[in-house]
Parts: sequence; C-alpha cells; structure tokens
Amino acid sequence: MASVLLEVEELKKYFPSGGGFLERSTGSVRAVDGISLKVYEGETLGIVGESGCGKSTLGRSILRLIEPTSGRVTFHGTDILKLRKSAMRDMRKEMQIVFQDPYASLNPRYTISQTLMEPMEIHQLYNHASRKQRVQSILERVGLDPSYASRFPHEFSGGQRQRIGIARALVLNPKLIILDEPVAALDVSVQSQVINLLEDLQADFGLTYIFVAHDLSVVKHISNRVLVMYLGKMAELASSDDLFFRPLHPYTRALLSAVPIPNPRVKRERIILSGDIPSPVNPPSGCVFHTRCPIAKDVCRQQVPEWRELRREHFVACHFAEDVDVETNSLPLGRR
Amino acid sequence: MIINPSFMEEMHIEGQTDIRPGFMKRFWRARTTKLGVVLLAALVLFSFVGPLIYRHSATLPHVLNTVSGPTAKFPMGTDSLGHNVLSQLMVGGQSSLEVGFASALVSMIFGTIYGMVAGIAGGWTDTVMMRIVDIILAIPSIFILLFLNAVFKPNLLLMIFVLASTAWLGVSRLVRAEVLSIKNMLYVEAANALGANIWRVMARYMLPNFLGTVVVASTLGIADSILAMAGLSFLGLGLPPPAPNWGGMLADGMNYMFQNAWWLVYPAGLCILLSQVSINLVGDGLRDALETRER
Repeated sequence: MASVLLEVEELKKYFPSGGGFLERSTGSVRAVDGISLKVYEGETLGIVGESGCGKSTLGRSILRLIEPTSGRVTFHGTDILKLRKSAMRDMRKEMQIVFQDPYASLNPRYTISQTLMEPMEIHQLYNHASRKQRVQSILERVGLDPSYASRFPHEFSGGQRQRIGIARALVLNPKLIILDEPVAALDVSVQSQVINLLEDLQADFGLTYIFVAHDLSVVKHISNRVLVMYLGKMAELASSDDLFFRPLHPYTRALLSAVPIPNPRVKRERIILSGDIPSPVNPPSGCVFHTRCPIAKDVCRQQVPEWRELRREHFVACHFAEDVDVETNSLPLGRR
Repeated sequence: MIINPSFMEEMHIEGQTDIRPGFMKRFWRARTTKLGVVLLAALVLFSFVGPLIYRHSATLPHVLNTVSGPTAKFPMGTDSLGHNVLSQLMVGGQSSLEVGFASALVSMIFGTIYGMVAGIAGGWTDTVMMRIVDIILAIPSIFILLFLNAVFKPNLLLMIFVLASTAWLGVSRLVRAEVLSIKNMLYVEAANALGANIWRVMARYMLPNFLGTVVVASTLGIADSILAMAGLSFLGLGLPPPAPNWGGMLADGMNYMFQNAWWLVYPAGLCILLSQVSINLVGDGLRDALETRER
C-alpha cells in the first residue's frame, strides 16, 4: 500500500450557535464531530453525505480555512494545526482546494492571467517572464486557449470557469487537492468533461484528491475509497467497490437506493428515510442515525456505536452491521 | 480539450477592450449624465477660470453703487456694500466647490478605512465601532455642524473637516456592509487557501470590488457637503466674511427681498441648485456604470 499523505485524527469543529451582542452563546453546532481518516498518496478519497452533514466543513478544516476546534491533521508527518502563520503559508503550496461555485470563486476584477499569477506572486516563485509562461502552459493543460489569459471571469462559461479554478489550484504544484463538490454546479455534459480532466491531471501530476460530493454516481466513478458522513460523524468507510456493492451501514444503503438507475425496467426496493436530518446543535443520543434508521433498536438509542473494521479495510459505525451485511448479500443481483 | 473554437472566437471579438470593459460607454449612455457633466464643467469653469477673464474684485466695495440692479458695469448688480455680485458668485463658487470636493474626499478615505477595519475585525470591535457610528447618526447633523462651527470658527481648511465629520458615517456603513459580504465570497477563501495575507486580500480583493459603490456615494456626498456649507453660511455660521460664498450671499440677499433686489437672491440660489443637480446627475451616471451588483 502507498504511504500515508494525510492523517486526520479526532477532528472536531463546533460552531457557536445563537448568542450575539450581550448574549451568551446557547450551544454549539457540531459540524464535524470526531473524524479520523488516512489519505494515501495518489488515491482519491470520496466524502459523501447529505447537505449539512459537515463534509464541506471537514474539507475546509483540513486546510485550516476554518480553524478546527480540536484534533490533529498530519500532512507528510507535520502537524499542520500547530504551524505558525508563515509555516502554514509555505504548507499551502502543498494543499489546494477547488470550490463548488465557479462563479463566486474567481475575483471578478482580476483577469485570468492575474488570477493564475497570484499564487506565484504570494509565494514569490519564478520571475515575471516564467510566471507568464507557466500561466500559458497551465491554461493549455486544463483545456483552455492560452490567448484568453487577458479575459475577465464574466466572459467565460461555468465549465470554463471551473477549469480556471482547477488551474489556479494546480499552479503551485500541490500534492493534495480538496475538491469541494467541483462539478455540482455544472451541466451534466460539462460534468463529465471536468471529471475526465481531473482524472487526467491526477495521473499526470501524481495528485491526491479528497473529493467531496453528494452525487454518488460521480463519487463511485472517481474514488478509490469512500467515506460516508452523517451529522458530522463517520458512518462508513470502504473501498469504492465494497461500499457500493456491499454496504454495511443502513444509512449507506438508503443513500444507494436513492441513486437513479437509467433503466425503467429495473425494479428495486427503495429505502425511504422518514423525517429530516436532526439538528446538529442537539444530536440524538447513542447512534446519531437512530431517529431515522429502519432497523434501530434500544441499544442504538443509548450506546454510541463503535468504529470497527468489519471486513478488511471496510469500517463501519453500526451495532447491527452484520445483519445489514447478510441482508444485502441475500438480495438478487439486479438490485446491485 | 473539448471547447468549441468558433464559440471562443465570438467571445474574443466581444471582449476586446481591456480593463473595465465598456465603462466609458456605459457612463456616457444616459443623456442626463452628459447634461450633468456639462453643467458641472460649466460651474467649475465659471468659478475658477471666470475670475481670470472677468477681472473685477469681489471684495472691493463700490460705495456709490449699493444694491443697484444689473447694469453694463455690474452685469449682476451689486449688494448692500457695493460688491460686484458676478465676481462674488465666481469667487464664492471656488470655496463651495473646493470644500465640497475636499470634504467628500476626506470622508470617503476615512469612512472607507473605518468601515474596512470594522468589517474585517468583526466581533466586539465591529460592534463597538458601529454603535459609535449609530450614536453620531442619531444626532441631527445640523446640530453637530453648528456646534463645531461655533467652537472652531473654521477657516476654509477646517471647514472641510467639519463637514467631513458627519459625512463619513454613511460611507463607513456602506463599506462595512460591502466588506462583510465580500469577506464570505469564495474568491476570498480561495485567496486564503493560497496563503494571501490580509493586506493583499484587502487591497486586491476587497477594495476593487466595492470601490465603485463608494465612489458613487461620495460623488453624491459632494452635493450634500455643498448644501450643508450653504446652509451653515445661511445660518450665519459659515466661512467668515469678507470671503464670499453662495450660502452667505443668499442669506444677505434675503434682507433685500422687499426692495425687489432679485439679483441678490436668484443667482446664488441658482448656482446652488445647479451644483446639486449636476453632481447628482453625474453620480447617477457613475452608479449605472460602476455598480457591479446589477450586472
């Protein structure tokens, strides 16, 4: 197995909720609540979960765009949460992010060339001439004509802007790129182009991706391993194949059953979760999923399920994962 | 990769102008903007170039010709002390325009810094700073201006700061609101992810994105300052005589209304009116051209 590039241990991010001028804060939103994971060099780790489960917060906390409440993030053996500002700035060369909304993520007053020169100016890399040259070659690499460098963002389409966002992340030659729903705002046809581009770039530059998304089919396509999050906690972590064909967590099963199959003749059982996602200010006791879980029992209400490796490299947090396993296996193949 | 070349070609032609594409075009589009620019230019020429052509002293009293109507020698008559009204209008316009522009500039700079600090600092600093603004705003500005004038007996330079003392409040609120919204934009977060420091973010990401709004507000603020100074002079607390200004001329002229001395009231009033209209028209034009929000 490849070496570990990034290790996250017990990462927590609580946002104070309520309160204000002359008022006490009334509680905290547990956006990320004890996440531990390893990311191996050269792999793509997918992170899925419904809106508000803390997956974007997790990505931003790893980069310290949001300062985590507690925990440890080790990148190449360095605990980056302990780094001072200047050391952190140097570290940022190694880890970059691509945002979901390509319209809001580019400075409207910067030309494309200014946007792409900016990272090199901040880190004082190269001289002016070679910076220009690098902008040209990167634009070409992400599939844009280098002559458009003098344009402003509003002159581009969503897909083109997302390519610019990717180019900006690439300029510094990072090792890790966090992709925060990079294709969610794009048309389906453009989505596949951008996904293919990301895969090409990964192969060429040996990049490691953390791919945050809620679109399961995209995640399945691009990820080596997938982490399922629910209410700021880890529900299940497994290789992409394992997770999609033999899910062990009832929440994962529910998510998978919601993926549309483009074939009207395939009949299958849908697992529809009742109720809304509970408030992360007052998460349910025991297993956070018990309020909506179809197989919840008393023990789920009282005890927090252990994070255990049920099969090789297949982790799950559920008291009854074995039952789910048996049941999934007994399903006819068409269901898969 | 897979981008239609013909589509890109089209964009190439459309977006050929460099920085600020189409700013001047958008600015000049409205006829009212042109009118405003012409009027403002006329006022500036009248006040600053006029005295070089029409060489008559504004402060020399013609004691034999007091309160006389327009004649060949005095095209706009004379006032109660025999001053040439046309000369006075020109010289008075200088101080009005100078003070108006300068105090708008001072309040723009100070308000921008104040609002930016509050918006970026956030939390308690922000709360305290903005409550101070609210408290000053709660006092009618004419009281503040009267008080400061009574205390300082200002000259031209001090007058600029006295007027700016109330004008910066609006600017700071505006800037803070803009900073708060830009602070959460993804492109600022992207800059943070690249390791940009706060100064770079302020100078390159925030300022350019809200400068348009502030310039528009400050342009309209010029008109407010001119009006406020005219109001103070009208109340007898403006710049000290003998230096003439439009508001003071209006106040003096009021005493001779019953002698039908219209030339002492209308020219000064008209100048104030024209300055207001022209600056507001220019400000509206700038708003249409600069404000990015509507685009």
